[in-house]
Amino acid sequence: MKVGIVVFPGSNCDHDAWYAVSANLRHDAEFIWHDSASLGGVDAVILPGGFSYGDYLRCGAIAKFSPVMRAVKEFAQAGGPVLGICNGFQVLTEAGLLPGALVRNANLKFVCRTVGVEIVSPDSPFTRKARRGQHLQLPVAHGEGCYIADEATLRQLESEDRISLRYVDNPNGSLRGIAGILNAQRNVMGMMPHPERAADPLMGSTDGLVILSSLIESSSNSKAPLKVQALAS
Amino acid sequence: MSAITPDVIAAHQLTPPEYEKIVSLLGREPSLTELGIFSVMWSEHCSYKSSRVHLKKLPTESSRVLQGPGENAGIIDIGGGVAIAFKIESHNHPSFIEPFQGAATGVGGILRDIFTMGARPIAVMDSIRFGKLDDPKTGSRNRRIFEGVVSGIAHYGNCFGVPTVGGECVFEESYDGNPLVNVFALGVFRHDEIFYGKATGVGNPVIYVGAKTGRDGIHGASMASAEFTDQSKQKRPNVQVGDPFLEKLLLEACLEAMRTGAIVGIQDMGAAGLTSSTCEMGSRAGTGVEIELARVPQRETGMTPYEMMLSESQERMLLVAQRGREQEVFDVFRKWGLDAVEIGVVTSDGMLRVKHHGQVFAEIPNRALADEAPRYQRPYTKPLRTAPLHGPTIASSGLAADLKALLASGDICSKRWVWQQYDHQVRTNTIAGPGFDAAIIRIKETNTSVAMSLDGNGRYCALDPREGTKLMVAECCRNLSVMGALPIATTNNLNFGNPERPEIMAQIVESVEGLAEACRFFEVPVTGGNVSLYNETLGAPIFPTPVVGIVGTLETASPASNVFLAPGRPVILLGGLGEADWDHLGGAQYGKVIVRSLWGRPPKLDMQYEKRVHSAIRELVRGRVVESAHDIGDGGLAVALAECCFGASQVGADITLDSGLPPELLLFHEGPSRVLVSTAAPEKVLAVAGKNNIQAIQIGVTLESRVVIRNRNEALIDCPVAELNELWTHALERLLQTTVPA
Repeated sequence: MKVGIVVFPGSNCDHDAWYAVSANLRHDAEFIWHDSASLGGVDAVILPGGFSYGDYLRCGAIAKFSPVMRAVKEFAQAGGPVLGICNGFQVLTEAGLLPGALVRNANLKFVCRTVGVEIVSPDSPFTRKARRGQHLQLPVAHGEGCYIADEATLRQLESEDRISLRYVDNPNGSLRGIAGILNAQRNVMGMMPHPERAADPLMGSTDGLVILSSLIESSSNSKAPLKVQALAS
Repeated sequence: MSAITPDVIAAHQLTPPEYEKIVSLLGREPSLTELGIFSVMWSEHCSYKSSRVHLKKLPTESSRVLQGPGENAGIIDIGGGVAIAFKIESHNHPSFIEPFQGAATGVGGILRDIFTMGARPIAVMDSIRFGKLDDPKTGSRNRRIFEGVVSGIAHYGNCFGVPTVGGECVFEESYDGNPLVNVFALGVFRHDEIFYGKATGVGNPVIYVGAKTGRDGIHGASMASAEFTDQSKQKRPNVQVGDPFLEKLLLEACLEAMRTGAIVGIQDMGAAGLTSSTCEMGSRAGTGVEIELARVPQRETGMTPYEMMLSESQERMLLVAQRGREQEVFDVFRKWGLDAVEIGVVTSDGMLRVKHHGQVFAEIPNRALADEAPRYQRPYTKPLRTAPLHGPTIASSGLAADLKALLASGDICSKRWVWQQYDHQVRTNTIAGPGFDAAIIRIKETNTSVAMSLDGNGRYCALDPREGTKLMVAECCRNLSVMGALPIATTNNLNFGNPERPEIMAQIVESVEGLAEACRFFEVPVTGGNVSLYNETLGAPIFPTPVVGIVGTLETASPASNVFLAPGRPVILLGGLGEADWDHLGGAQYGKVIVRSLWGRPPKLDMQYEKRVHSAIRELVRGRVVESAHDIGDGGLAVALAECCFGASQVGADITLDSGLPPELLLFHEGPSRVLVSTAAPEKVLAVAGKNNIQAIQIGVTLESRVVIRNRNEALIDCPVAELNELWTHALERLLQTTVPA
């Protein structure tokens, strides 16, 4: 079981995701450089936070053209789990793997703080270890995290149970309080909060582990029990 | 080429004697390009010509210091084969002209100082000072500058991917029209990863990497030269524009290129980019550097050698590689999509030789530029002082109202509005971030963490630069000790007015001597820093405002709480009630916010006692004997007590004091050497205090949701925590929403 973490020029939470998977959860993780045409046989992909390509034009707009994204699309179409965190979520919407868009926060300011997030749907490889309605404390850190989509899309997301995470106290004006969504096949999730920043007791919360360990468990072919020590309940 | 007239010399801010020295060093008249080069290298900013003779008084050594002043940043050993590099820099003037870019490029510059040494930046802090936000005349401008500076810092740091973990933020009339933006950065590396800015190895290629050179940031003074205005009538921006994305790429590429082993020396292009990097690298190595400007990547056409040498375009570095291995370096930079061009060669003749299309435009001994800069023993008298020695008679009209006003004042209120715009968590090392007495960053590679704090106090220093500076060092070390850290080293930023005025020069001298005395006493050697002079507003100097950044080390562990956690816990005042009289209240926040005046003396400091308080609180926090610990600083005991109540559960306290002091002094004086703790084991706290020979008074217990303070039988304050917390939390938003009546 190996997690691939894509590194775009300007990614800056790549190492944090790597550390959470490899040091906090003790699973294999490796970096995948943006101009790589192959994912090198990984079992799950994380698109980390940061400012890919400087977020020029729009957040995530240039990253979608990078060679690695073609491979990520194929991986997703084949059913492989792909988790986009923060800038990774923005890349997924720009690449058309998820509907809607992320725009400037309602108050026009970057916001970095820990917010309450509710698990709306545990029916995904990323949330399966959580309970429906469970509250997590997760950090957000973004200037463009306000999720928008047209009314029909929002209704579809709701009716298909594809809103996976919702803010308890909405920090950015996202419609319907959306913090994370799934694609129709439920194997691609984008979320603005940072689970990798809540993966170590020293960082004040380990609530993010429920997301990351769900991903790992879902991606493990073997049914061997997880070597997870500090799971949040 | 036009003749060098006295006007041209004056426009380059060189004095006639300085010009004569240039002529005698060269043995001839300089060319205009050479004059430009001298003007930057001999500027106050690069040469420290007014301050250098005094900076020599600072202690710079300890067993941990691997690199003291003189390099891009100081380096301290923190054990386990790991070291930290850290430094502070000012970007005051650019931040006034263009707040967003001025502050952003301030962050960019200090980050390059850190990674040019091979260290990966892991934390940034900012000390920022502005005019008052609610001033009827200047408030709207101050708000614009403040908001611009904060978003500039956020923009650069967030995108680069370094957490901004703390700092200080002050509003004072003195900084109207002259904001102070001091940025501190800290990086980490292994001992064998340290790089220096030295151009060693005759024949080695000199390589330019990073952004292209444009006309931005060319020194304003140089615009006035006759030839220059003929060539470019257009006004060029004096403030550089930063690109944090490019800097992030430059960071990763430089660190990766360093790992190839093909790099022998590297330096960032800071002030006067190409000029300072070439001559300083040559001077440090005792070599010469010859460059061909036609090879320099350029953003604009038709740039003259003068413009290229003086350009301050951001995100550029100069490095020297081993001859024969340059391709390894080029490959790394190509991978990151960055320019890397061989522009010259290391020579044996000690000269900086600048050619453009083969023609020599400058030929100056490196030493003349870097080491022969004039040093002035500027005359000084007594420090400028406008404040009276005695203040008005004080009788509070309501102590609770005073406390509320202090909590809602700009300096004391919550700075959440500021730090929520900063990514303070990226890299997942922030164990204690904004809002704590000091920030703590863990080093993942070892079991060590680094604590850091920035402190300044213009009011104290305006009253007494020497004592004010000592108090500031004491407070900074106290902040670290409260977090359980042992202070180990200092960087400093000296922000003052015009040193050519003897009473301002006296402030500088007194302050530097105070800094030297305190840093020696607290065993925190100074490993570098920055001097920013000529900070004046319409002829009125700013308060003398030295700022120190002190770092400390501790074992990696969860931090002590800075707020009360549970009701029913004894509250102990470590260090005692302190001494104060009315004269010593004049520099305090009570003088500023309630009396609206400045007078008297800064608080009295007993450094011996202070140091004993540090060791006591460090022992208590490290041993987990206390449940919470918070330094008493701005606003005194009552403000510190209220701040201890502003945790998530808003636990209050019931306090009874026993003092003969008038209540205004008792509650609000800012006597140092004091820490407020709550504990489940009061007898252990008292024992540790006794062992360290300091006072410790149990002054009450925590309780749910109210702050009650009385002295003997007199009730002083009784307020719901929620009410105080609301004022404190939202004050800054309210100040920013101030509308000035038309």
